[in-house]
Amino acid sequence: MSYEALSVTWFLLLGVLLAGYAVLDGFDLGVGILHPFVPKTDHERRLSMNSIGPLWDGNEVWLVTFGGALFAAFPHAYATVFSGFYTAFMLLLLALISRAVSLEFRSKVQSPGWRRFWDWAFFAGSALATLLFGVATGNAMLGIPLDAEGNFHGTVLDQLTPYPILVGLLTLTLFAMHGGLFLYLKTEGEFQKRLRDWMWRSWGLFLVLFMFTTVATILWIPRATANFEQHPWAAGFALVAMLAVANIPRSLYNGGTGQAFASSCVLILSLVGLFGAALFPNLVTASNEVAHSVTIWNGASSQKTLWIMLIIAMIGMPFVLTYSAVIYWAFRGKTKIGEHSY
Amino acid sequence: MDAVFLSRLQFALTIAFHYIFPPLTIGMGVVLVWLEGSHLRTGKAIYDTAARFWTKIFALNFAIGVATGIVMEFQFGTNWATYSRFVGDVFGSALAAEGIFAFFLESGFLAVLVFGWDRVGPRMHFFSTLMVALGSIFSSVWIVVANSWQQTPAGHHIVPVIRDGVEVMKDGAPLMRAEIVDFWAMVFNPSTVHRLVHVWIGAFIMGAFFVMSISAWYLLKRRHEEFARRSFDGALVLATVASLAALVSGHFQADSVYEHQPAKMAAFEGHFETGPADMSLFGIPDAESETVRMNIAVPGGLSMLLFQDPNATVVGLDRFREEDRPPLGPSFASYHVMISLGMLFIGLTLLSSFLRWRGKLYEQRWLLWVFVFAVILPVVSNELGWVAAEVGRQPWIVHPPVEWTANGDVVVGPSGVVEYDETLGLRTLDAVSPTVRASQVLGSIIGFGLIYLGLAAVWVFVLDRKIKHGPTPHEDSGSGGPKGLLGAVKERASESGRMTGNPQSAES
Ligand code: HDD
Ligand code: HEM
Ligand code: HEM
Repeated sequence: MSYEALSVTWFLLLGVLLAGYAVLDGFDLGVGILHPFVPKTDHERRLSMNSIGPLWDGNEVWLVTFGGALFAAFPHAYATVFSGFYTAFMLLLLALISRAVSLEFRSKVQSPGWRRFWDWAFFAGSALATLLFGVATGNAMLGIPLDAEGNFHGTVLDQLTPYPILVGLLTLTLFAMHGGLFLYLKTEGEFQKRLRDWMWRSWGLFLVLFMFTTVATILWIPRATANFEQHPWAAGFALVAMLAVANIPRSLYNGGTGQAFASSCVLILSLVGLFGAALFPNLVTASNEVAHSVTIWNGASSQKTLWIMLIIAMIGMPFVLTYSAVIYWAFRGKTKIGEHSY
Repeated sequence: MDAVFLSRLQFALTIAFHYIFPPLTIGMGVVLVWLEGSHLRTGKAIYDTAARFWTKIFALNFAIGVATGIVMEFQFGTNWATYSRFVGDVFGSALAAEGIFAFFLESGFLAVLVFGWDRVGPRMHFFSTLMVALGSIFSSVWIVVANSWQQTPAGHHIVPVIRDGVEVMKDGAPLMRAEIVDFWAMVFNPSTVHRLVHVWIGAFIMGAFFVMSISAWYLLKRRHEEFARRSFDGALVLATVASLAALVSGHFQADSVYEHQPAKMAAFEGHFETGPADMSLFGIPDAESETVRMNIAVPGGLSMLLFQDPNATVVGLDRFREEDRPPLGPSFASYHVMISLGMLFIGLTLLSSFLRWRGKLYEQRWLLWVFVFAVILPVVSNELGWVAAEVGRQPWIVHPPVEWTANGDVVVGPSGVVEYDETLGLRTLDAVSPTVRASQVLGSIIGFGLIYLGLAAVWVFVLDRKIKHGPTPHEDSGSGGPKGLLGAVKERASESGRMTGNPQSAES
């Protein structure tokens, strides 16, 4: 394969990893965001945590692999993004740690104080991680000032401007809705009934923020619009996203929660698609000087490495998909608390 | 305090904390496979009970391993951006392979291992356990490949970075990076296999001591004795074999270190002057006076070890520029303590195996108490092993090659010392992120420090409760259960037959 084709392929594969992460860990994070609001009793809180118990770690590996693949395929971008967003990433790490250990620790001790503490840690970790993912996405859309070597010299405060915050809130509502739909499929009775309201609420909020974000993107990020004009097929993502958003209330109304959840999966996939299309071929956009941007052309590894990595991915991913499917199948159906639950 | 120092501190802190858990995971994985395999083979409920109990502890360790591992994955980018740009082509591939081949396998099947007891059949469960154990071993493969490449780079070349068709310049010189030319040579670089074997052995020792510690405590408290004896017996075999193997594999490591990183070996042994080298058993090396104070040494020991000849010449620190020598004290101390502990493990496990064979082990309460606390020691030796390997690699983050003359001396420049080709390696000083400020790193160190302290405390607390609670016989376990009374009697008879000479087995 030519160097160009390999670079584009890796851009797409990273998109696949990111989309996989957003769809899968998206519902885990969403369950965490809803944790203080929906479950009322200790039993329900355990149900909420155990619904994602067997799944969240495998889902998080999509992010870990995304990080590794970015490092290998586009080391220049990996270095720029992670060092440039230093403080944000440290917060993200703390949030993910908090989420991971609160799941493991919460139900190990009876005391109500202990459980309340980990319940909040679970919520705070999930919500903060989601917010930061959104803010990072917003900043990636806007671009950041880079010097000639591709280094960002600003601080975390420069990254907290209205547009990224808007995208952060959008992501919160998106994952809350996604997690609510997932939880609905995993629960029954009283608990499940209470979820209905929250699904509607988060959908409504999402819709409002989605419209705001769309307008803001068109107004503030001309480069994204220009990209769509150049590659009109990318508008397909927007169309699919719209249909998916619309299908969620329709399915909910008809009682097809499975279909609503599927729609929100499609919605997330198409949003990641839109993000990729707006970015291409940039990995990190320099807002000050176009030439300083880190792109898939100037940020890639050698042709040999991209090729080796592609072989590794082609050998590995079918296995990953197969046993992920087997494991999701093994844990299908309603969540029950048993001897081995959290 | 500058960003370089703080980034090093942060790396050392976070990896050291992370590395408490991987050896536990890898080591206990083997124990779990053995327990479940034994249950499938013999049908004895006690193995089932044991497997279920250790799985809960395993899950607890695993969770913290995961939580702290994520930090490592991103830290290369956050704190070591220049390094990441230099090695991404090579190092990144190994890290990505780790995600695809190992972490998915581990975390996916962990779900079945921990939550799947009632969801899948015993065979599928055993298979999942096997996959988790295999996954944790795979992840050690790729990460050790990456680390070993930094120590003994191979399979790559160093070329100028070309962006948009032009060479990128930095401070007047072209910016360079490493690129893979031969993938398998990169994977099987000269230190990969030695290091990997040694790391696994260290992990097996860790897992075995962990199991023995908890089992010894139950035996002392006369609780769950049948369960504790079975666990202890199995773990003792693993610990004995692994301790002996550590010595052998450590020897091969030392050979390979001398060949590729002679400055590191010289620092390990406090060997200053090129010539016949002693092996120090105890001492305090002093860089100022270039001597080892209070030295108790085997004369010619190191020469003997490396060349099977007590008079053979070994390259000393005098062949290296001051600024190219690793920090002496930490290299020497960590290396020696690790080896001393290794020797201690050999002594302890051989003695215990002997007593076990004579059927007297479980009467030695003092020895059981030793095992209760000995669990700390493999943690220390695993950590110190890495400190030796990494501090000994300094001042390089990617070690440049060393060349040898035909008569076994290093090739030196006109000044009489080794002149490393700076373009073939990278100094740690030059590897940090150019834009990250000391204050930011200080902030994150404080954050991690607090969180990790809290995690450690909670981990110990929850672990303690789990241990106090102990294993619960599963509904359909309980000796005899489904097999009826006769089966139970038979089982008991074969049991006391197996444990001949052990008076305690009659009570249980
Ligand atoms: C010899 C073994 C070994 C070594 C030296 C390291 N690790 Fe590790 N790591 C493991 C062996 C391991 C493991 C046993 O496979 C763990 C422990 C618990 C687990 O989930 O897997 C793990 C977990 C783990 C995870 C979480 C995986 C998940 O979410 O399931 C990440 C991201 C890393 N590690 C990354 C690293 C990095 C970047 C390291 C080096 C700087 C590193 N590890 C050193
Ligand atoms: C196999 C995975 C590992 C990789 C890829 C790796 C790589 C690195 C890197 C990039 C640094 C920072 C630069 C430096 O100071 O050298 C470092 C330093 C260090 N690492 Fe490792 N390391 C690994 C495993 C470990 C483990 C498991 C430990 C200890 C438990 C460890 C202990 C240290 C220490 C103490 C330093 C600081 C040494 C110093 O700066 O003087 N490393 N290593
Ligand atoms: C018994 C005698 C032992 C000898 C002679 C020995 C030798 C060595 C040597 C030479 C190194 C440095 C390798 C390098 O710099 O690349 C090393 C590293 C290491 N050792 Fe040992 N060792 C012994 C016992 C142990 C034991 C008992 C453990 C753990 C339980 C252990 C765990 C480690 C680890 C984790 C490392 C770092 C990883 C590596 O570079 O291999 N060692 N050992």
